[in-house]
This record gives sequence, structure tokens and C-alpha cells, in this order.
Amino acid sequence: MIPLFGLYVLFPTRRNFAPLNIFIGREPLKAGFVLNEKQLNQQAQELLDRMNLDLDPRARVGDLTVAKQQMVEIVRALSFQSEVLIMDEPTSMLTDSEIQELFRIIRELRAQGVGIVHISHRMEELKQIADRVTVLRDGQYIATVSTEEVTIDEIISMMVGKEIYETARTSKLDVDSEVILEVRNLNRSREIKDVSFELRRGEILGFAGLVGAGRTEVARAIFGADPVDSGEIYVHGQRVEIRSPHDAVRYGIGYLSEDRRRYGLMPTLDVSTNIAAAALERFTGVMGWLLHAQIQRTAQAQVSDLSIRTPTLEQRVRYLSGGNQQKVVMAKWLVRNCEILIFDEPTRGIDVGAKSEIYKLLNDLAESGKGIIMISSEMPEILRMSHRIIVMCEGQITGELPAAEATQERILQYATRRESIARQ
Amino acid sequence: MQPKSAAAGVEFVERSSFVRSDTTQKLLAFASLIVLFVGFSLASPNFARFNNIVGILLSTAVNGILAVGVSFVIVTGGIDLSVGTVMTLCSVMTGVVISFWGLPIPLGILAGLATGALCGCVNGTCVAKLRLPPFIATLGMMMVSKGLSLVISGTKPIYFLATPAFRQIAMGTIFGIPYAVFIFFGAAVIASLILTRTIVGRYAFALGSNEEAARLSGINVDRWKIGIYTLEGLFVGLAGIVMASRLNSAQPALGQGYELEAIAAVVIGGTSLSGGEGSILGTIIGAFIMSVLTNGLRILSIPQEWQTVVIGIIVILAVYTDILRRQGR
Repeated sequence: MIPLFGLYVLFPTRRNFAPLNIFIGREPLKAGFVLNEKQLNQQAQELLDRMNLDLDPRARVGDLTVAKQQMVEIVRALSFQSEVLIMDEPTSMLTDSEIQELFRIIRELRAQGVGIVHISHRMEELKQIADRVTVLRDGQYIATVSTEEVTIDEIISMMVGKEIYETARTSKLDVDSEVILEVRNLNRSREIKDVSFELRRGEILGFAGLVGAGRTEVARAIFGADPVDSGEIYVHGQRVEIRSPHDAVRYGIGYLSEDRRRYGLMPTLDVSTNIAAAALERFTGVMGWLLHAQIQRTAQAQVSDLSIRTPTLEQRVRYLSGGNQQKVVMAKWLVRNCEILIFDEPTRGIDVGAKSEIYKLLNDLAESGKGIIMISSEMPEILRMSHRIIVMCEGQITGELPAAEATQERILQYATRRESIARQ
Repeated sequence: MQPKSAAAGVEFVERSSFVRSDTTQKLLAFASLIVLFVGFSLASPNFARFNNIVGILLSTAVNGILAVGVSFVIVTGGIDLSVGTVMTLCSVMTGVVISFWGLPIPLGILAGLATGALCGCVNGTCVAKLRLPPFIATLGMMMVSKGLSLVISGTKPIYFLATPAFRQIAMGTIFGIPYAVFIFFGAAVIASLILTRTIVGRYAFALGSNEEAARLSGINVDRWKIGIYTLEGLFVGLAGIVMASRLNSAQPALGQGYELEAIAAVVIGGTSLSGGEGSILGTIIGAFIMSVLTNGLRILSIPQEWQTVVIGIIVILAVYTDILRRQGR
């Protein structure tokens, strides 16, 4: 039965009461379109009881803790009489005691005969809750093993694979070069926990970690794109207050986002405007008049330097290929002459040819004395490019490796380390 | 490397044909204007007469200046529902300064422009700083300015009887063409230069194209947005002065409905309501299409009610062709 009103649209879920969330789209109805609240609450209570969950059906989902919200999600999944439940990183936002509660429910479900797929990058957790582990790598099935018969190290080696990757760069970095960016005790809600690090002139500092480790959040926080709770940032040894990207750019920080379409490009504008976008005020004469010839000349220089393939400078960037779009965003920061460059997944969605061009560009920039933070989820890329590698897991820095000592295994060990469980 | 660049070449050929389609809307609008003009000329001998053409130009002036102003805001991806009633408030303030207070005409003009700029600044601040959706912020301003006009004027028209020179601002003529027409064209040229050749205009496009990317490029988005709404307000103030001069009075009850005609002109001219694209030339063509239609249908003795219906259909068609153009990509 289809309700007359699209309840999906009418009620943003987090504002709503748990029973409505659980039965959204399938609400018990009176006379075909009136919500039968009594029956709804009753059905919800039955499900909650079945799970031994202490949850008031009248609570608004938005007021519950993340853990409780997740329970509502699970109950909703169960309300479909599901026999298989797939949970994607269900513990990533939970505290230890909440995780234990979740595991209790998972075990209860298992006892009731529900099959559960638990997607997780926490090795310790797999040992605790899973009967069998399946490893996927780059979209490919690798193996399924019984948890009891395998060690965490063996799982990691399956995740790494045996391909021969290029060896780490021989570090040419002068260790005594000036620290141009220092971050101390950066904190932002649950996403960034006490992050501190230094970036030197001429250094490519790799940020490794699994998706969701908080690397992008750190980058955005430094850049002033998101507010922080606490922490200090020093540029050239000077304490700076960065409240907006406008401030960050003034201090010579440039940020190339992982999602260039959403955060990097102005798709309906032409190549030259996109290239000049961060430095437009420098190309302005009296009364805000734009110095067109200068803009064109600067853009043309970038187009040839970075070999951006575009028919003309007037081409709208929307029509460029991914690699060329990425180069346009890079050119934007080069024109602004930023000292500190944060490149977030700079080669994502880019063909191989453009990739190696970008690697070369990154090396050239570092040699010319810029400090570069490179966030990447591609291990070979991190290993090949970085002078030093910082590994993050769940908002924390869990390890730091000089290029010479870095291997995929060691990075993955750090990237899957969860401090609280590791300590047990 | 060779095959790869060849592939890229193919890509460009395909895509540049879409680039051409970006100007399709403007060409289409211009072609429609010509067709309408020729059609009405053939249908009625009275249409293409000098006096009638001047009448069309004059009747386009106020709506045209408003539409030019609102183009700036629409290019940023915003909307302004308050331009009609703010225009009236500007007329009223000009009237208050000149007729109530007896101050010189230039001060009255200044008051009108300042009122427009102030209202625009308030709109921009509500949108940028208070994060109100432009639709709501300017809806509020529409009501506020409408109310203020009535309160300040005591709900009665303010006449410029003591200052005959004021009427000359819009109605004085050169070669039989009223000044209002020249003011309109002058405003349009200035607006077009601002939009295409200055940093304000470039940022207006940047905001409309991708506001978040603009912010992450270090552009002080809030400040520029307020500036753009204020700039729009200046044009609205100018429209208010021309309106008052033309009627030789500030009519506090007029104004509502002008905002929609201005927005319609912008849309017919090919400026996208989602922002990031558009031109002043397109807006002017749009404004002329509307007044040619109104004038032509009146000459053909088609009732005014039907004129509104036709313009409504034109607006829908214009936006639909815009959507078709987007899907073509």
C-alpha cells in the first residue's frame, strides 16, 4: 500500500520519532492514509523488546546518541524480517562500551539465525565478533578464512597483496630545513583528536590511512573550511588564527580538495578565470577593473607549464577531462604562490598519463621549496612520493614513518590500530 | 602519446558544439524578438511607426533597468523578490526629499539611490550573514518596503509639482526620444561592463557557478555577496527615480509585480536561475520581448488579460529551452 503523502519527504528522519523511522514508507494506516500511531508504536515496541533494547519509542531520533541511532537503524533493518544484515563500519562512531552493546546485539541476532556481514577495518574487532573473514582488495575478492585460524598479521598481508610496487624515494630532503607549518593539538569533535605535526620547506609529507581516518577533516580544519574546537597553527613559526579559507590563503596555504567538482572548480566559468580565481584581486586595476591581458598571460603560462590540454583559455572547465581539471585547480594555487600546499587525493579519477605528470609536478614543487601535504589512499603513491609518512586512524595520528622505513605492512598496521583496543 | 592526444582532439570537437549551444538561448531570444517585431509590423501598420517604437522603448526603460539590476543577483544563484517594491520606496524617498523637504533635485536623486543601495545591502546581509535563503530574505524585504512606502507617504502619491525640472530627467527628449531611454541604455552598458570586465562581476559568476569552490579559493564570499546585492540596489534606486520622473509623482501603491516582470525578462534572456551564467545583453533582449509583446498585442486589440497569458507561456518556454540545453550536455 502506498501512502498518499510521501512521508519520506515530509519528515526529515532525524527529527522524527523512532517508530516512524523504523517503519518509514510502510506505516500502518487507517482508512488508507491516516497514520495509525497506536499500532505503529506497538509494532516498534515489539521489535525493541525482541532485541532487549532499552529505548523509548517516543524519543526523537535526533536526540539519541549515535549508538542509539544506530540501534534504530538496525531495528529498522530487522523490521523487514531480514535474514541477512549488512553493516558497513557500524562501530566507527561508537565508544568502547557502545561497541560492546552493539556486539551483544549482533551475537543475539546470530543466535536468532540472522546472518551478518560486518564490514570493518578494525582488525581487533574482527577477531572479537566475526566467525569468518573475507578480504577484498581494490574491488577484488582475495580470500575467506576462519577467524580462529588466522592472525591479524596474516590478514594484513592479504590486504597488501604481493604486487611489486615502486620502492620508496631516496630522501633528498634537508632535515634542517625550516619548519613552515606546525600544527599543535588540533581537535574537532569526534573527527580530529589531538593532531600535531610539522611540515618542512621542500618536504612532501604523506598522510596515509583508510577512508574515514580523518585526514580530509584535518586538511579542511587547517585550511579554515571547518571550525575547530581547539588547537594551534604556526606558519613560519608565527602563531596564526585561521577562521576561514580567506585567512588561510592569506597565510599562503592552498588546499586542493579530494572532490574537485564540488570544492575546486567553477564549472561554468572558463579556464583562465578558474586558474586566476584565488589571486584575482592581484589582477585588478582601478575600480575593480580586471586586467584581462595579464590574466590571460598568467593562465597561458600555467597551461603550458602544466600541459593542460584545452582548446582555448575561454573553454569552460566543465568540458575538460578529469586530469586537466585537476591541473587547473593546481594552477590556481600556483598562481596564488602558496608556500604550503595541501593536496587531498591529487590523482583520484585521473588517467595514468596525467598521474605521472602530477607526480612530477609535486616533486618539482617540493624541490622549489614548497611544503606539501599529500593525502592519499593509494599506498604505492604514498610510498613513492613522500619524504615522511604520517598515518591516521579514526581522527588520531597513530604512526609516523620516514620514507626509508615505510612499507605497506607497517602503514596498514598503524592505519588499523585502534588505540583503546590495542591497549587491552 | 600520439593516440591519446588524438582522442582528446575528438573530445574537443564534440564538446565545442555544446559550447556553441551556450549562446543558443541568446540567439533564440534575439531571433524571437526579430520575428515578433516583423510579425507585428506586418499585422498592423501602426506598429512600426516612430511614435510607437518610442513608446515601446520608454515602456521598457523602468522594467529594463530593474531587470539589469536583478541580473547581478540571479547570476550569483540568488533571487530578489523585493525589487518592485524597493523601487517604489526609492521613488517615495526621492519625493520626500524633493517635495516634502524642498531640497534640491540632486539630493533627491541621491536619496533614491541610497535607499536602493541600503535595501540591497540589508538583503545581502540577510543572505550572506544570517544564511537566509534569498527567496525568503527578499520576500521579507518586499513586504517591509511596501509597508514603508505607504507609511512614509501617508498612502498618498507625492507629486513633484514645485519642481518641473524633475520630470525632465526621464521625459526630456533628444530627437524625440525621451531621456529615460538613454538612461536605460547607459545603465545597461555600465552593468554589462561591470559584469564582464570587473572583479565584482567575475565574482558574481564565481558565486553562482560554485559558491563552495569560491569560498575554498579564499574569496571572501560573504563580503562580495553583500556588495553585489548593494550594487543591484543602486540600479533599483535608478529605476525608482526614472519611474517617479516619468509619472511626475511617487506612487506608493505601485511596484508589486514589477519584480516578477524583471525576473521574467532575465530568464527569457537566457540567464540561468541556477546561477553562474547569463548576460546583460540577454536581459535587455528579454525585457524588449516582453514590452514588444505587450505593445503589439495591444495594437492588435487583444485584451490585456490575454497579454499576461502569452507572457506567462513565453516564460515557461524560455526556461524549458534552458533545461533542454542543459540536458544536451
